[in-house]
Amino acid sequence: MSGTPDELMVAAAAAELAGVRTVFVGIGLPNAAAILARRTVAPDLELIYESGVIGARPSRLPDSIGDPALVSGATATMSMHDLFAYFLQGGRIEVGMLGAAQVDRWGNLNTTVIGPYTHPTVRLPGSGGACEIALNAARVIVVMSQSPRSFVERIDFVTSPGHRHPDGRSRPAWAGGGPDTVITQLGVYRFGTDGEMELSALQPGASQAEVGAGSSWPIRRRRGVAVRAAPDAVTLQAIRKLVA
Amino acid sequence: MAIEGFTHLICFAAGHEIIRQGRCDLTLARLTPDLVYDQMVAAGCARKLIFSWLGNPGVGSLHAVRRAIEGGGLEVEEYSHFGMVGRYVAGAAHLPFYPLRSYAGSDLPAVNPLIQWVSSPYAPGDEVAVVPALNPNVTIIHAQRADTEGNVQVWGLVGVQREAALAAERVIAVVEELVEAEVIRADPDRTLLPGVAVTAVCVEPYGAHPSFAQGYYDRDNAFYRAWDPISRDPAQLDAWLEEWVRGVPDRAGYLEKLGPATVAALKPKPRPSGSVDYGEYS
Repeated sequence: MSGTPDELMVAAAAAELAGVRTVFVGIGLPNAAAILARRTVAPDLELIYESGVIGARPSRLPDSIGDPALVSGATATMSMHDLFAYFLQGGRIEVGMLGAAQVDRWGNLNTTVIGPYTHPTVRLPGSGGACEIALNAARVIVVMSQSPRSFVERIDFVTSPGHRHPDGRSRPAWAGGGPDTVITQLGVYRFGTDGEMELSALQPGASQAEVGAGSSWPIRRRRGVAVRAAPDAVTLQAIRKLVA
Repeated sequence: MAIEGFTHLICFAAGHEIIRQGRCDLTLARLTPDLVYDQMVAAGCARKLIFSWLGNPGVGSLHAVRRAIEGGGLEVEEYSHFGMVGRYVAGAAHLPFYPLRSYAGSDLPAVNPLIQWVSSPYAPGDEVAVVPALNPNVTIIHAQRADTEGNVQVWGLVGVQREAALAAERVIAVVEELVEAEVIRADPDRTLLPGVAVTAVCVEPYGAHPSFAQGYYDRDNAFYRAWDPISRDPAQLDAWLEEWVRGVPDRAGYLEKLGPATVAALKPKPRPSGSVDYGEYS
């Protein structure tokens, strides 16, 4: 058994954090990936939470980004203003990890609504800090489930900007590098110099046909698409302790 | 009005009292509406919601708020977290707006015309997003302790409580305990709000449950999870409000109903801070 979809995504996301010092994490899979990375490929990784915590060393897996266990034993706590203004906007965040309900080929992310904004079919949580994370982190890693409903030609709402708005507007000069990697249960995607998403590697057990069927636009493929190695037993065991 | 507290120190005691008093037509501001506004919206207190992240943290949706929005019965004004933070900062500093590097290439400004742009007078062409000052009539915050002069101390996550309070016309601080002035003066760095900025202090132990008070009680994650099915079903939600809010006279009644076993299970083991020496200068 090579791991469940969630486990494959966590393993791939943790691998992306090798050597990283500062990561802005949300709860769920990104949180599990960051904790796994700190124990394996990124021992100096500082976990930064939008609730105002830097250098968290949670003694238990937090249920929310504002868990008291993130505070006890952390290196610093601060107001959200100081965190967003001086650390995120100040350019001190190397990697921001985001999830999304929809992504398009330019890495634009939707976490706001499915359907029209004023009469949504599904009202999603909205931005939180995602919009400014997408614009101010040096690079952004997206972790999300892939299907033709989530990989869409035209997303219903751009919450967090990617490399180019669907209407053609480009990223402002002051912004960080934007989406660098998208990780799903089927593959690992990077972006071409023109800002378009490209399949870079397949998750273990996934096929190029599944990747194609899992998107509403024809995804560009890099030459020599790699296949990620299945996570070993030790990694899987560590992930299973993190992902309940 | 705003009840602020980012995950930490969310004053459910105040939310429940507002429901009991049958207040309605309120404009509710809060970064994360959380269960407290889900309950207030379900109880019919709200006309409008100003927010930046709408969910049950770590669980899923706020179903009462979602139903109200999807049904068109609740006006919304939506930002990102940093935008909401900036609105309080501008409000607290008596400035008309707050500039931030966000929203470029996002659809949020298209659905919220209050998000605007200014060009830097020092670097023409450098466009910066701006959000308007937010000055609530009332901000309610929860805190660990205060003295009778209204000096309020908080530790752990401070979120936007200071900015949200200083932006408001009136500030109500609800605290876990009332302490002597000497306790406050022994550690002035921990004072979030001095008494001059606070209108009233209420003492309401466990007033933030099911949210938490660092060092006093843990977040009741089981309650946050249990809220999901309750909030999904309007009849169940109303029955819950009837039993746990309208059916009790005050917070003490809620606590008694919650029971000593739940309260005891949420008590953390001690982990005191190291102390520092401020020095005596004479």
